[in-house]
Amino acid sequence: MANYYQPEIETASREQMLSLQNERLVKQVQHVWDNVPYYRQKMEEKGLTPDDIKGVADLHKLPFLTKTDLRDAYPYGLLGAPLADCVRIHSTSGTTGRRVVAFYTQHDVDLWEDCCARAITAAGGTREDVVQVAYGYGLFTGGFGVHGGAGKVGCLALPMSSGNTDRQLQFMTDLESTILCCTPSYAEYLAEAIEEQGLRDKIKLKAGIFGAEAWSEEMRRDIEIKLGIKAYDIYGLTETTGPGVAYECCEQTGMHINEDHFLPEIIDPDTGEVLPEGEKGELVFTALTKQAFPLLRYRTRDICVLTRKKCSCGRTLIKMSKPMGRSDDMLIVKGVNVFPSQIETVLLEQGYPANYQIIVDRVNHSDKLEVLVEMPPDKFSDSLADIAEQEKNLVEELKNMLGIYARVKIVSPKSIIRSEGKAVRVIDKRKI
Amino acid sequence: MNVHQISVFLENRAGQLAEIAAVLAENHVDLRAISIAETADYGVLRMIVEDAEKATAILRDHGYIFSMTPVTVIAVPDQPGALSLVLTLLAQAQIDIEYMYSLFTHMDGKAYMVFRISDEEKFIAKLAEHGVHAVSKEELGLK
Repeated sequence: MANYYQPEIETASREQMLSLQNERLVKQVQHVWDNVPYYRQKMEEKGLTPDDIKGVADLHKLPFLTKTDLRDAYPYGLLGAPLADCVRIHSTSGTTGRRVVAFYTQHDVDLWEDCCARAITAAGGTREDVVQVAYGYGLFTGGFGVHGGAGKVGCLALPMSSGNTDRQLQFMTDLESTILCCTPSYAEYLAEAIEEQGLRDKIKLKAGIFGAEAWSEEMRRDIEIKLGIKAYDIYGLTETTGPGVAYECCEQTGMHINEDHFLPEIIDPDTGEVLPEGEKGELVFTALTKQAFPLLRYRTRDICVLTRKKCSCGRTLIKMSKPMGRSDDMLIVKGVNVFPSQIETVLLEQGYPANYQIIVDRVNHSDKLEVLVEMPPDKFSDSLADIAEQEKNLVEELKNMLGIYARVKIVSPKSIIRSEGKAVRVIDKRKI
Repeated sequence: MNVHQISVFLENRAGQLAEIAAVLAENHVDLRAISIAETADYGVLRMIVEDAEKATAILRDHGYIFSMTPVTVIAVPDQPGALSLVLTLLAQAQIDIEYMYSLFTHMDGKAYMVFRISDEEKFIAKLAEHGVHAVSKEELGLK
C-alpha cells in the first residue's frame, strides 16, 4: 500500500517530470541572473547568459557553487529575494568558522514543508499520527523542517527538540507518539532507555524518520527491532533547504529525491565532469524553486549513486543511495557539520600549535568529539588552575565556533605524531 | 630566598613518569624533592634538584616543557608537631599555601619543607617572629 502526499509529482512519468524541470530551470536561471549578482558574474565569466540554458540538458554548462562561495558571499551575497520577503533563516557551520546562513521566503518554507510532508507520508504518516520531533529546533533545520511537514500532513506534532530523554519518554508514552523523528544515534539511545525502563509495552511507535548523520543497515535493523518500528532515512542539507531533499519509501533501498525542487547530478569530484546514472560520484543540487537562497549546481561533497530503477512503492522520483563518504574532510558529529579547519582556526587564534588531532567516537550512541592539542611552552604554568583555565577557554572558543562541545585534552609537546606526508588530523572511531 | 623548583608538564598516561625518571637517572641528576599535582589528563611534576642548570638543559634537550618557580624552603625540627606549628602560624596570619611538599634531606635533627605561597615576604617575616627560618640553596648544598 503506497501513500503519497503529492501523487501527481511523486508518481509523475519521466516525461512529465523532465518537462517540469526544464520549465523550472529556465525560470530559475533567469531569477538568479536578475537577482544574484554573485552568480551572474560567475555565469558571465563563462560567457553564459540565461538564453544558453534551455533545459536540463544545458545544466552542465552552469558554474558550480561550493562552500567557499557561501563563505565569500556571506551573508547576503547569494540572496535571491528582497530581505523584506524573507521570513526565516537557518544556519550551519562553514569551512573556516564563517557560518552558512540560508534564507527562506514564505514560499520557500511552504515548499520545504511539502517535501517533508512527502517523507512523513511515505513513512506511513497520516492526520491520525502523533509525530514526536526530537531533532533540535533552532538554527539547525531538522526540528522546524519535520515539524512543518507534520503540520502539512495534519499530524499532531510534538515539538520536543533534542535531548531530555526522560521528558521524551514521558511524552512518547503519555501522548502515544506513533512516529519518531530524530538522529539515528538518538533513536538508538532512546530505544535502549525504553528497554532499560521496561517501557516497550507502553510505546505506540510504528515508524521513525531518522537523518542528519550516517547510519548503517545494521543500525537500522537494530533500531527497528528494539522499537518495533520501520525506520526510514531522510536526507537534506541547509544549503539546499534542510531535511526532505530526499526520503525513503517502504522499499528502504535508497532515498527518493524531490527532484521537482532539487535537480540532482553526480559529478567526478576531481574533474567536475557529469557522470552517467549509476556511477558513484559527488552529488550536486540545483534548487529549481527556491526564491531566497536559489543555489544552482551546489556541490554537496557527499559521495553517492543515483538510480532510476523502478521502485515498488510506485514513486518515479530518482533515488539516491545513502552517502558513502565525503569528497572533503567534513565530519558530521551529533548531526552538526564540523571541519578540521574550524578547529585549527580556533587553536591558532588561541596560541596553540597547528599540530592537533581530532578524535571522534560514539559512546552510548552519542557522538563524542575530542581535540588533542600540544601544550605550547609559553602557555605552561606551574599552576594546575591556570592550565585548567586555559583548557576551559579553549573549550568555550571551540563551542562558539562549532556549536557543539568538544573535549579538549592537552598533551605533551611533540607527542602527536607528525607524519611525513599528510598529517592524520582526524581519527574517526565510530563504527557505523 | 633563592631556591628554585623545576616544574615539568607531564601528560597523564602510563609510562610518562618512568620516562622522565629514566632521563634524569641516565644523566645523574640528583633529586632532592619531588611532588606531583595531577588532573585526569595531565600533571605537573615539581622537583628540587642539586644542579638546576644541568637538569633544565637535559629537560630542554629531551623536549620537555618546564618552568622555574621560586619556592621557600624552611627547616623545622624533625619531630612530631613541628609542621603543625608552622601551619597554624600561617593560618592565623591568613597566608595561603598554593602547595607544599618535603625534601628528602634530613640534617642535624631538621626536616625541610618546600612551600609555594602567595605572599613570600609576609610568610618569611611571620615565621622569623617564631624563630623559624627560610633556608638558602647553599645551606641545602644546591648549585
